[in-house]
Amino acid sequence: MNEKKIIEPKGETVATGEENVETKKIVQLKNVAKSFDGEIILDHINLDVYEKEFITLLGPSGCGKTTTLRIIAGFVTPDTGDVLFEDERINDLPPHKRHVNTVFQKYALFPHLNVYENIAFALRLKKVSEEEIYERVEEMLAMVNLRGFEKKDVNLLSGGQQQRVAIARALINKPKVLLLDEPLGALDLKLRKDMQNELKNIQRKTGITFVYVTHDQEEALSMSDTVVVMADGKIQQIGSPTDIYNEPENAFVADFIGESNIIDGVMLDDYKVRFSGHEFVCLDKGFDKNESVDVVVRPEDVDVVPLDKGMLTGIVTSVTFKGVHYEIIVSIKDFKWMIQSTDYVEVGQEIGVYVEPDAIHIMKKSEYSNMFGDYSSFSDELEHLSDANEEEE
Amino acid sequence: MTKKNILKQAAAYPHIVWAIIFIIAPLLFVAYYAFTDKEGVFTLANLGQLAQATYLEVFLRSVCFAFLATVICFVIAYPVAYFISRTSPSAQKILVMLVMLPQWLNFLIRTYSWMAILEDTGIINIILGVLGLNIHMINTPGAVILGMVYNFLPYMIIPIHSAMTKIDPRVLEAASDLGCSPLRVVTKVVFPLSLSGVISGITMVFVPSISTFYISQKLGGGNFDLIGDSIERQFQTQYDYNMGAAMSFVLMLLIIASMAVMNKYSDDEGGMLV
Repeated sequence: MNEKKIIEPKGETVATGEENVETKKIVQLKNVAKSFDGEIILDHINLDVYEKEFITLLGPSGCGKTTTLRIIAGFVTPDTGDVLFEDERINDLPPHKRHVNTVFQKYALFPHLNVYENIAFALRLKKVSEEEIYERVEEMLAMVNLRGFEKKDVNLLSGGQQQRVAIARALINKPKVLLLDEPLGALDLKLRKDMQNELKNIQRKTGITFVYVTHDQEEALSMSDTVVVMADGKIQQIGSPTDIYNEPENAFVADFIGESNIIDGVMLDDYKVRFSGHEFVCLDKGFDKNESVDVVVRPEDVDVVPLDKGMLTGIVTSVTFKGVHYEIIVSIKDFKWMIQSTDYVEVGQEIGVYVEPDAIHIMKKSEYSNMFGDYSSFSDELEHLSDANEEEE
Repeated sequence: MTKKNILKQAAAYPHIVWAIIFIIAPLLFVAYYAFTDKEGVFTLANLGQLAQATYLEVFLRSVCFAFLATVICFVIAYPVAYFISRTSPSAQKILVMLVMLPQWLNFLIRTYSWMAILEDTGIINIILGVLGLNIHMINTPGAVILGMVYNFLPYMIIPIHSAMTKIDPRVLEAASDLGCSPLRVVTKVVFPLSLSGVISGITMVFVPSISTFYISQKLGGGNFDLIGDSIERQFQTQYDYNMGAAMSFVLMLLIIASMAVMNKYSDDEGGMLV
């Protein structure tokens, strides 16, 4: 993960209701629900977007993230609930009157206009003078590194170039909020990484609030100030990238963000949890005595140790070389763990594993318990991942 | 590979033969008759005769009627096509079929039906008679143009609709996102992107309108001679093939010229046609 400066989100954690100037809410969704043809797409979600933050809606296909974005843009009207923009209800405000602009999934450039006219489109509507249009288009072109492309036909540009035009076109209006719907989805990996950095830079430079939709968890973690994890039309967790990764709310989040071993456990007492037939010290508290819980241990936090020093022991069932480390699947009490280690072990070998207290994260049981986090059905896991890569049209 | 190429070329032969027999040869015949007299001697007299006031009037009237019919078709067809293109795919299929439905009836029957509707004792006047009104409609220029519009309207709607369905809905969303009111979405984005459909619609209405010969006889009562009527008369009643061919030849030039002008417009000006 790229370690980025994390601006702590000013979420609901502090109930004082105190608002300082810098953390004004710009967009609020209150109890918003939406169904299409009887199918629930959004199930009463509440979301606050703060000024100047980079907030990412993250989730698999069909989780409702794009619909959420389209509700903010005004293309979808919620069935119930309110959409507030700067504390004003905008449910019925049509898209062309909203102070937000969108970068669309497949760019949606105007095929009949060249690069210059595409970017100038919003200003032309406002009858801005020709000199000002020229000045601002040039400024935008400079920002997205497309100087000299003014007269080019947008249909002949590469995906990355079209993307830049789309960003410039959306930003020239100086929107208060920029909505980005999987903007990098169609680009190849290398270009995507470059564009991630560029987008982040543009966001910092302009100070515009970015609401970003993606199914790519790495993208979400590396770019965002706040990540909103969504599944099945509900918000699963809102938090900073480090919070989301280190303190997942439930098994879905733990599984969707990075790799996780999610094991059934029992909370014996504060700071004391039992799983895989062993008692562990952990840093979590506040659960009921003997409450059933989900225990998350990240593969990179598990150490391979000699048998006699292991807290648990297991048989290695598969080893895959991944470059930076080996990916080892170990069967411990019939549960398949994934371990990432730089030490080589052999298939069939019995090894000991060691888990530090701060590597153990305890979650309450949820509807997603026992659905994820076991690596015995590794092929199913891959299928799940490829699902997430196909995006809704 | 070369064998494949020969096969590919051979596949085109039937079409080439077809085109020579049924397109090129007739055109050459038209040109031949237009530039010869009854003895088959080269002459420009046929074309010269067309400069007479009666013929000029016929040409001018044909162009005017066809132009008006085309404009009216466009004004009606564009919103209809836009409306259809905004409906669901299944609804579009049904609506397009409804647009084409009248074409399943014979052209003559449709035109006769309009006579029954428009006559002084026709359906409309019977209904108006209840209010004590009677409006003379048959045998007027309006009736002829109405007949053209009615018969050729689908050929304007279909190509425009088909061009509109190719527009990515996200592009329209992008337009409204950037500040276009619904009307401006149409003028700034939909229209320029459906221009190719408009051009072919105009062609498909203007060409048959300018050369039609039956509508004006039935709905115009023979009072408004159009080029098509004159050409028909030369062949059917006066047996002057040379004059008929000369008129056809000029009509063809007229159509080619107007198409050329229009294509130039659409290429150069992009969305600025209207």
